[in-house]
Order: sequence, then C-alpha cells, then structure tokens
Amino acid sequence: MKQMGKMLLTRPSFKEIVMGNTAVVRAMVEAGTKVVTAYPGSPTPEIATAILSIPKPERPFYFEFSVNEKVATEVAYGAAVNGHLSTVFFKSVGLNVAADTFVQLSLVNIIGGMVIVLGDDPGANSSQNEQDNRHFAHMTYTPVFEPANPTEVYHYYKAAAELSQQQHMPVILRLTTHVCHAKENVTFQTWRREDYDAAPRFDPANGPYIPLTADTSPMKRQALRNLEAAETVASQTGLNRWIDNGNKKRGIITAGLPFLSLMDVLQTATADKPDILKLGVVYPVAGDLIEKFLIAHREVKILEELDNELEKEIKMIAFDKNIPVRIIGKMDSDDWMGEYTPDKVHDVLRKAWPDMLAPRTGPGPIDVPVPDRPAQLCPGCGHRSAFHAIKQALADTDISVADIGCHTLGYLPPYALGQLLMCMGASTGIGSGLSLFNNTRKVVVFMGDSTFFHAGLPGIVNAVFNQHPITMILMENGTTAMTGHQDHAASGKNANQTTAPIPVRKVLEGLGVQHIYEVDTYRQAKLTARVKQAVSDTAFSVVIARHPCMLKFDREQRRDLSFQRRQVAIDPEKCRQIHDCVKVFGCPSFILNDDGQVKVNPDLCIGDGSCLQTCPASAINAPKPVSEG
Amino acid sequence: MVLSQFNIYLAGVGGQGIGLISEIILRAADHAGHPVKGVDTHGLAQRGGIVVSQIRIGQDVHSPLIPAGRADLVVALERHEALRAIVGALKTGGTLVYYNTVWQPLPVRLGSEKQVSKETVSDACNRRQIKEYPVLKPDLTDPHMQNIAVLAVIDQESLIPGIKTGHFITAMEDLMAGDMLAGNRRLFQDRKGLTAGP
Repeated sequence: MKQMGKMLLTRPSFKEIVMGNTAVVRAMVEAGTKVVTAYPGSPTPEIATAILSIPKPERPFYFEFSVNEKVATEVAYGAAVNGHLSTVFFKSVGLNVAADTFVQLSLVNIIGGMVIVLGDDPGANSSQNEQDNRHFAHMTYTPVFEPANPTEVYHYYKAAAELSQQQHMPVILRLTTHVCHAKENVTFQTWRREDYDAAPRFDPANGPYIPLTADTSPMKRQALRNLEAAETVASQTGLNRWIDNGNKKRGIITAGLPFLSLMDVLQTATADKPDILKLGVVYPVAGDLIEKFLIAHREVKILEELDNELEKEIKMIAFDKNIPVRIIGKMDSDDWMGEYTPDKVHDVLRKAWPDMLAPRTGPGPIDVPVPDRPAQLCPGCGHRSAFHAIKQALADTDISVADIGCHTLGYLPPYALGQLLMCMGASTGIGSGLSLFNNTRKVVVFMGDSTFFHAGLPGIVNAVFNQHPITMILMENGTTAMTGHQDHAASGKNANQTTAPIPVRKVLEGLGVQHIYEVDTYRQAKLTARVKQAVSDTAFSVVIARHPCMLKFDREQRRDLSFQRRQVAIDPEKCRQIHDCVKVFGCPSFILNDDGQVKVNPDLCIGDGSCLQTCPASAINAPKPVSEG
Repeated sequence: MVLSQFNIYLAGVGGQGIGLISEIILRAADHAGHPVKGVDTHGLAQRGGIVVSQIRIGQDVHSPLIPAGRADLVVALERHEALRAIVGALKTGGTLVYYNTVWQPLPVRLGSEKQVSKETVSDACNRRQIKEYPVLKPDLTDPHMQNIAVLAVIDQESLIPGIKTGHFITAMEDLMAGDMLAGNRRLFQDRKGLTAGP
C-alpha cells in the first residue's frame, strides 16, 4: 500500500497520481514552507488530510487548525514576520471571516513570505454563494496565481511562494473546487531537506508594522510598488501560455479550469481554432503580453468564470493603448454564473461566435422522472433525534434560525427546522434581531460546537449583554463533522497533540448565561421538556443537545474486527403503518414499500436504536446482532 | 493501444464507497499506461446525498469533467443513481453497470414519489441502446464491498478498454493493505454467485 505521507517526503524526483489538494502539500515541502494554518472548509480539507498523513516528527513544517480563518491568517502572518515562509488555507467564504486581517497584509513587510491558498467554489458545490475572491485581491493589491490542474497547482504554489519571499508581500494561490479535487499523474521534482535557522527574526526596523495615521500612506505606496514588481513577474513568468493556432482574426484570453474546458470544446470546432492566451497570474495581469495578443487579433473573447475581473483589466489596456480590437466579455447574466464546465464553455463561446461551434447535442432526454436525493443526516445521527424532539417543543409559528454545519440539513423535510441561514456563527445575532418587538413567536437558534468557537461567541456575548431572550440549541457532536471530522477546541486534541478540552458549558457559565440545560439527544422526551422550559425562560437560554457524531463513531467501531453489527427490525404483527419512523423521524434506514409496509434497509441501519421511541405502536424491535452469512 | 477518449461516470450515495472504486479504476488506467484524469465531488454530498466521480482516459482529454451525455460507461452503486446517471451523463449506445440495491431517496420515503424499479432502468436502457449490467451478489454480507462486486463485473466483462485484471489488482495494492486488501481481493477474484447481465 502506498503511504501518502512517505510519498510527500520522497527525496528524488517521482511521479504519482494525486489530487490538487495533495500536490500543493508537496509544493509546500519543496518550497521550504515552515508554518501552515487552516480552518476546515470544502473544497480544501484534503490539504490537511495530506499534511496529517506525514507523521508529526517528520513533518517539515508546523501545522495547525486554528479556531477560525481570521485567527489562522494571523498565526501565519505572525510566523511570517518572524522570517518563516507561511501559508494559510481555507474555503472561499473563509476569506470573509479573515478579511479584517487579510486586507492589511499587503501594507506590511512580510519578511518570510506568505501564501494564502483559497478554495473558491464556482457553482457553489458546498458553499452559501459562489463569490469571486479576485475582488479581494484587487481591493488589497494582492497578486493571484490561478492553476488549472494538479500539475499547475504544484508549480504555481512554488512560484507564488518565490514571489512572496522576494517582494515580502502576500500572494494568493486561487484554487477552485474541481482543481482542488482533480486527480492526475504529477511529476514532482527532487527535495533536499535543508538545515533551517529558526531564529525569530522579527525586527520593528523592518516595519512599520503599525498601520496608523501618517504611516498608512507610505505603506500603501509600498503595496502599490510591490504590485508593479508582481506585474513584471506576471509578464516574465513561464506560467502564461500563448497557444498559436495561426488565427489572425480570433483569440481567446482565459485562465484556470475554464482553459481545460476550452481545450476540450475546441476539438469539435467547425471553424478555425482561435489562438489562446492562458494566464497563470490573473492579477496583476501581464500587460505587455496582453497588449501583443490584442494587437495580433481582430476579435478577442475573454473566457472567464464568475465575474468580469480580467475583462475590465483587458478592456483598460485596449482603451489606453488605443488598440482596434473587438473585445467580447460577458454577454448576459448566465455568463456570470456557475462553473465553466466544458458544456458551459461550449454555450458561452457559441454565443460569441455561432459559426465556430455546432449547437450542443446530447443524447436527448429520456422522459423518466428520477426522485431528487437531497443530502440527509446519517443513520443514527444525534441531530435527527434532536430535531424530532425539538419540533414537538415548538409551535408552528415559532421561528428557528440555522447555522453552518451538518445540522443545517434540519431545514429539509420532515423537520423543517432552521428557516434562515447566513454564515458561520450568525444564528444568534439574527435570532436576537428576530426577537425584537416580538412577544408572540419564540425564537430558537441552532449552532454547532465547532462554530461555537469559530464565530459563535460574539453573538452569545451580545445576547447576554443586550438581554435578548432567545434560546440557543448547541448541537454538540464533539467534532467538525461536515468537513470530515476535524478536531476543535472542545475535542480534547488538536492537529498535533492531546489538549485539555475547553468545556462549552463552563464557557457559557463564564459568559453569564443563566439558563443552561444539557441533554443527550437520544433522550428525546427529556430534550423536548428542556426545550419547552428554555423557550419559556425570560432570559437568553442554552440547551446543549449532545450526542457524538455517529458516522465517526460507527467508522471507528467497524475498524475493530470483533465488531458485531446490529440492526433494528420492524415487527409486522405490531406495525400499524402509522409511518412516523419513516415520514416524521425520517431515518434513511427505513424503507417504505408500495403496499405501505415499512422495512429496515440492511445496508444502512447501524443499530443505534434511536428510532425505537418514535413508534407509537412500539413496533420497532431493539437492535439485534446481524448474522454474518 | 492508444485511446483517444473513454469517459467513465461513477455515481452513488454518500457512504457507498464511490471514492474507492473510482481511485482503483483511475490507478488501473494509469498502470495500463493510459493518460488519465479524474475528479470527485466532496463536501455536502457525503451526507446521504449524491456522490459523483468522473474519470477520463485518453490522449484527447483536458478537463476532468465529462460533457453531458458523453460518458461511455456509467458505474453506479445504487439503482436511482444508475437511472439519474444514464439520463444525464451516458451516451446513446453506452454501457451501464450498477449494483442493484436501493437506498430510497427522501421523496420516496415520504411517500410523495415512486421508487425506481429495475424494469424502469431496463426500459430507459433499451430506449437508448444501452448495454446494461445489473450486479448482485446475494451472499455479500458487508454492504461496503458492493463496489468491489461491481469492479469484478467491470473486469469480467472487459468494460474498460485496455485495462486487465492485473492492473486492477496492482491498483488495489496501491490503496489497501492487510485484511482489507485480502478481503477485497478475494471478492474481486472469486466471482461465485455474482450475477451480472441483462
């Protein structure tokens, strides 16, 4: 069996099939990165998986999951001004959390260098929006490198680190979902572990490090000078590709994953293939190169995912240099939306040049309905028991606010709990607002335990401080489940060692919360009673609804060879086909047959037995060992 | 053998082991000397939702994403996902191999929509001249190994050009060890009771 950790530390050059998220870790190793920080969020958690596959004593850099993206950015920054090449990575919307610190980075002299690895999510595969983080780069004069595949991820990270170290400026490596998760055979170069002088080199003389009043202006000037230097690098780097198809009329400027889609689509071109300029650095753009490309063509299409950042830059160049070229940017609102897959690129290009591509032909629809399959809480999930119990404590008119995590899925039927969602930690503040001028509808807000530490605390403090009489239900499962079970401050270990867990209850007590209730969510009747009590309290109240993540628990159990699988069964004699188990409690382990009979899916039931209490006819038999054939 | 392009679209439900079978096929293609690219969906889909993985083999492939209706082979681990994948991804005249089990989607469990039957899948296949291999291994006690039963049929029926039994085994050895490798290898090679076919 190939060991990822061993592979990542291989000394001679080698080839391996890896995903983009793994390739970037080998690049960190080769670049001599010394500090890496993160907060988990799709599409980037597998970067941490790769890092953690290297045993701690051999890991050539320090790594931590920080409590949120802002703190992660600060830790990486602090390390970098001590002289260590650092990297922070997180998902697209993580940059919003980190923004207050991030926007200052370009103003300061980051002597060690710092690369910000972003996992943007065009198409919002696993995010609340598909924000284009290149806007942040423009706002802060921060260069952006944008690879298209795992091979480029590896090379671009190293180039980004080099620029950052050279100019002492932050540099963004912008990945997108299907670059992070794409897999291919990548050729890696040799790595020599070099002796490293870890002496702390922070010196105020390298500053100013205090961006206040009179100093901000020279600091901004320096940021702009750095950006000019970055443009020179952007122009000279081998990361830009000019593909000459001998077309004097048409050209396309593109970058990142859309480039790969373009190459696929052009295989079916019915007219001469346009020339292509693929940019490796998307901000600042290689001005001279773009000027030459514009001059060489009569029409240039800007093929750009999400917003029109390249289009604006390129049109400015054409205008300023008075180049007689027709530039075709975004043509309608569709062009601003979604991932630029091969199909999407086909449609976008056809709008610009209908003669170049035939209409896209699929095999034609087959007229058969396929039921949707929304994501579901796992069999045995403690959140399911929680929602089932909480629903019975609330009136239909009460208002419930969701937060980010597995428990967000409570908004779906059959629970329909958590009727508004914004971002990490927002539920308490939103709930507080909903409680104003409101004496008739109770307000309940949900929050997970990782989010509690991430961004949840200010909202709680505010609710206590400003006396908002709402109820928070803390869905405590002991892990950061949604993104793959990363530890958090209350888990009892971090990425490097065991730690004293920070107890959620004591934190709440310390913040002055007067009404705190704790229930294991499998005790549904008790949870219902506690929530009823909590919503009738006249001050801010918290119900800690606790049950370990059963996906994690079940996986750990199955690793033990002596583990005996157990499952529940429906007693057909007792079953009155009330269907509460399948339609109200809604565990995916139940099967509803056409004749109204309920069965248990042997592939899914984990024998947790949390369903037994939901059957009014007591027709669910307690879990019994499954015979192993 | 030089392959111009062969697209494999894999689909299942979170928890079924799409990731493993996809990685085995990807590595088997590499061991067979083909240029190959792949991509998985992660994130939300892991929670009982749809999981999709795409593999593209051949010289004329750039993006890891398969255009709609251009998959040559659909590999599915569940019947609803088999139907969804052939409707959206598989070309006319392509091949479907799927494990014939059902994990009822939410609307079916709520009683608002009908469960997809084996006949519905076959009917859809007939209308598109799709060759269909529903797989079943009734004596399989561990549902997490249904993916390997499907892999055994892919190998037995030579559904991916140029990839031989040895390539699959080498790929499995890349990814597994100990009891897990032994169990999966046994299942992959011992095809007793394995049914596959129209």
